[in-house]
Amino acid sequence: MNITLIRLRALIKKELMVVLGDKQSLRLLIMPVLLQLLIFPFAATLEVKNNTIAIVDEDGGPATREIIQRLTHTPAFEQVAMLDGEASARAAIDEQKALIVLRFPAGFSQSAALGRPRAIQAISDGRRSNSGQIAISYVQEILGQIPIVGQPTPGAALVTVRNWYNPNLDYYRFILPSLVALIVTFSALIVTALSVAREREQGTLDQLLVSPLVPWMIFVGKATPALIVAMIQATIILIGSVFGYGVEFQGSLWLLYACIVPYVLSLVGIGLFISTLCSTQQQAFLGMFLFVMPGILLSGYMSPVHNMPPLLQTLTWANPIRHFIVIAKGIYLKAAVPSDFSANLLALLCIAVVTGAASLLLFQRRLS
Amino acid sequence: MRHAAVRFYSLCKKETLQIIRDPSTLLIAFLFPVVLMFVFGSGINLDSSVVELGVLSHNDSPAARRLVDTLRMSPNFSVSEASSVQELGDQLRAEKIQGFVVIGPTLERYLAQTSISSPAIEIVTDAAEPNTANFVASYARGALAVWQREERAQLGLGPLPSWSLEMRSWFNPSMTSRNFLLPGSVTIIMTVIGALLTALVVAREWERGTMEALLAAGVSRWELLGSKLLPYFALGLVSFNICVLLTCYVFDVPFRGSVWLLMGTGATFLCSALGIGLLLSTVLRNQYNAAQAALNAAFLPAMMLSGFVFEVSSMPLPVRAVSTIVPARYFVTAMQTLFQAGDVTAVLTRSLLGLSLASAGFLGLTLLNTRRRLE
Repeated sequence: MNITLIRLRALIKKELMVVLGDKQSLRLLIMPVLLQLLIFPFAATLEVKNNTIAIVDEDGGPATREIIQRLTHTPAFEQVAMLDGEASARAAIDEQKALIVLRFPAGFSQSAALGRPRAIQAISDGRRSNSGQIAISYVQEILGQIPIVGQPTPGAALVTVRNWYNPNLDYYRFILPSLVALIVTFSALIVTALSVAREREQGTLDQLLVSPLVPWMIFVGKATPALIVAMIQATIILIGSVFGYGVEFQGSLWLLYACIVPYVLSLVGIGLFISTLCSTQQQAFLGMFLFVMPGILLSGYMSPVHNMPPLLQTLTWANPIRHFIVIAKGIYLKAAVPSDFSANLLALLCIAVVTGAASLLLFQRRLS
Repeated sequence: MRHAAVRFYSLCKKETLQIIRDPSTLLIAFLFPVVLMFVFGSGINLDSSVVELGVLSHNDSPAARRLVDTLRMSPNFSVSEASSVQELGDQLRAEKIQGFVVIGPTLERYLAQTSISSPAIEIVTDAAEPNTANFVASYARGALAVWQREERAQLGLGPLPSWSLEMRSWFNPSMTSRNFLLPGSVTIIMTVIGALLTALVVAREWERGTMEALLAAGVSRWELLGSKLLPYFALGLVSFNICVLLTCYVFDVPFRGSVWLLMGTGATFLCSALGIGLLLSTVLRNQYNAAQAALNAAFLPAMMLSGFVFEVSSMPLPVRAVSTIVPARYFVTAMQTLFQAGDVTAVLTRSLLGLSLASAGFLGLTLLNTRRRLE
């Protein structure tokens, strides 16, 4: 027992030196985290901000003036451009000079004064139809605040909307917990997927095999640096999002760190599986990409899982990224407790055990 | 002169053989585009479809029951009833539902147009996912408007006067997000093939010293770079065509531009991606680091700053400024325009100019770096 521990310690020390030993590798593990922390929360947003809305006013009455006046005071629309007709509206959309065009028909103000306002035409750009729809919903919200003649005013409104966990619907509050998952994914996979392949390519794998180390020890040695790198990177993002972006951490910090362990282990399992399958670093890296791209896209980060077709939804159960995003977002924003995500946690453990065992078997078979 | 041509031919041949013999290269060039196109085509959907909605009614009146029925009838909701806010809150936290509606006791007083002090209906959304929260709120408002109109009709009242918007989406009348996501996603695939693959392959040659050996053997750096560029350029064009064909024929995304412009922009973008890959591998000369750097310098910007999912014009000014040096941004705009809008001269000229400048810049820098290292 004792000798096993000593051997493991020596191996882990060696693996850590490979990953964190030289300055260039260390820089490449830390710099991207800082850069992504700085840019992603601003870039990865489906919010609509500082866009241009164009207006074709064929009416020119008091009602359109009031609406235009209110639109100019919305952060979604930095610029309100007045156009003079159908042709320039088409050009504005074609050349992406405006996100949406509103067209007020002639006689609009008159009809509004009678309590039966004619419909306003809203034209959006099909190339950006998601942003267009969001922009139109902003316009609708603004219109809802403008009273119409003949509308009863029964005190409070019929409906209120409350947005839990994120009252202002800030997109960065959604991005930051997911960023923990994303960054950990990339580095844990790169560290493990390239490791065995690199040893094989450089011929050092043979040296490891003739040493008294058995395959499971080699695996533990490969998993440890991935875990350490993941913890460091997660800590950097958490510090940045709490103190830099001011997103309060709602749940238990220890619980989140405890959940990172099964997540990284499941990634290590996948990484080692790819690594044992491949004979060169190039193959391992490309193999990792073949897994990680669909993995991220089907994780719920780009678009919600419940929007996917049923077959793909079932498939995402095998995707560790999806489970960890649910867990990280839950603990960070909603103060979730383990019973809220027990199924996800169980799935992560299953993935870790299955892929770990599979790669161990494969490794032993390729040796004999 | 003939001698040089033969030499260049054999260099290209060597490179092509290397590509063909490595299964991972072919996998990334042919299988990867197909897998990704299917993921983008069927997995990524920004038009929220059916959301899980909880309902809690503190009101037993027929009007309230009809409201619950209206919510059930909505094609956008899968409704489950609960008995307390506590229960709904737990479900929301565990992501079992995406939002819930609480119907208060003052509902009939509102309908009878008696003044009420607090809103009769409360919509709660899980804003930890803001895009879905927006959809939940607007679907619920839509269902409420239907219900309100019917209730008023029963009371013999006409519809309430309201502002109405008549929506039209040019190029994409059904507002299917796939129609703009798929042409844009070709960028991601091309970036992986152009930048990542080349960075790895060329860095390996530097790592092993075969690049220096070739240069020492009298091969000029033009020939050397050309022989690296040409086979991967061809490989990239093949996967580009796979992507375009899948987009048009399998996913039925309409194509309205001209094919020559499509091929031209595709080729120019490919040059810029290859340029980034070659530059990184030439500077770093180590596979592991080149792979990491290509990931961060080419792949992530293509995902985040290109505008294929996240709208560039909504980003703050400094981020928009950074995005102007990301070639993927020009390519996404050009692809979306060619597929959806057709040949819009102003947009395409700008994109092609950006792409050409990027290609010339990255390839030129690579050439400079190749020389400097040898001196």
